[in-house]
Amino acid sequence: MNFLYKPWPWYVAGPIIGLTVPALLLLGNKRLGISSTLRQFCAACFPANIPFLQYDWKKDIWNLYFVGGILIGGFIGGGLFGNPNATELSQHTVNDLRLLGLTNFNGLLPHELFGWSNLLTWQGFLMMIAGGFMIGFGTRYARGCTSGHGIFGLSSLQWTSLVAIIAFFVGGIVCSYVLLPIILKP
Amino acid sequence: MKNLKYLLVGIVFGLALTKGEAISWFRMQEMFHFQGFHMYGIFMTAVPIGAIAILLIRKLNVQTFNGEAIDIPKKPYHHGIILGGLIFGFGWALTGACPGPLYAQVGAGYAVTIITFISAMAGTWVYAKFQPHLP
Repeated sequence: MNFLYKPWPWYVAGPIIGLTVPALLLLGNKRLGISSTLRQFCAACFPANIPFLQYDWKKDIWNLYFVGGILIGGFIGGGLFGNPNATELSQHTVNDLRLLGLTNFNGLLPHELFGWSNLLTWQGFLMMIAGGFMIGFGTRYARGCTSGHGIFGLSSLQWTSLVAIIAFFVGGIVCSYVLLPIILKP
Repeated sequence: MKNLKYLLVGIVFGLALTKGEAISWFRMQEMFHFQGFHMYGIFMTAVPIGAIAILLIRKLNVQTFNGEAIDIPKKPYHHGIILGGLIFGFGWALTGACPGPLYAQVGAGYAVTIITFISAMAGTWVYAKFQPHLP
């Protein structure tokens, strides 16, 4: 049963992710896009008379089931059958991250950075709280995320999504090269 | 009950994201530094498979299993695509997550990512509040 704990290679995970696009279309004319569920939760919980949140969020309730499924999939794949070994990263990445003080490459997130005790350090605040805020603000402003633009938008050959994914990567590269070393340098 | 099928697709999708390490903070750093092929391999298989499927759906005029028409609306351009995209890119590199992986990280038992998720909701809410004033 060892294989259940092993990570999947890209040529297994990638095609399954790609097949989600036609699966949702064929099941009910639904378009893959996950960041919109953040707007749904805001509209459901804190609408506060904001026009952007006054819409029929229940119409897309299917998407809340879908992200509920992602949560369960994460629990099965990362909780029940999580990979007990360190991520098989490129040696260059391991070396770079070691220089920034990381020693533990197990799991999906560095335990040294993503923990409750780090939340109120300025590093933890920037990475978890400010980082999360930028995900929510940025994806709604860009009208989509890696799934809506990166997978669905590119699959349907929309040039706006290509612009979006280039912007995502430019932001990510600048942050990973410039900001992260500043945050993590002891 | 009719929504349960989306839960099932979500489970498979979430499993692929998690087992494929597409929710791994480490993999994101590797990707942004162009030091490994793994994440690019995922994009370069997922997107063409999705594209071929959509091409077939369009060419053959395929309908949903219930006989509904399938439509794929155009995503119009506005400056937020670039400005919001850059902001999201920063959040992506910091947290190692996009909105989808955020759900998977919470499910995988990284309890503190609930705070990241709540912050993402706060970000969406603040966007909604200032939306009329943004370019």
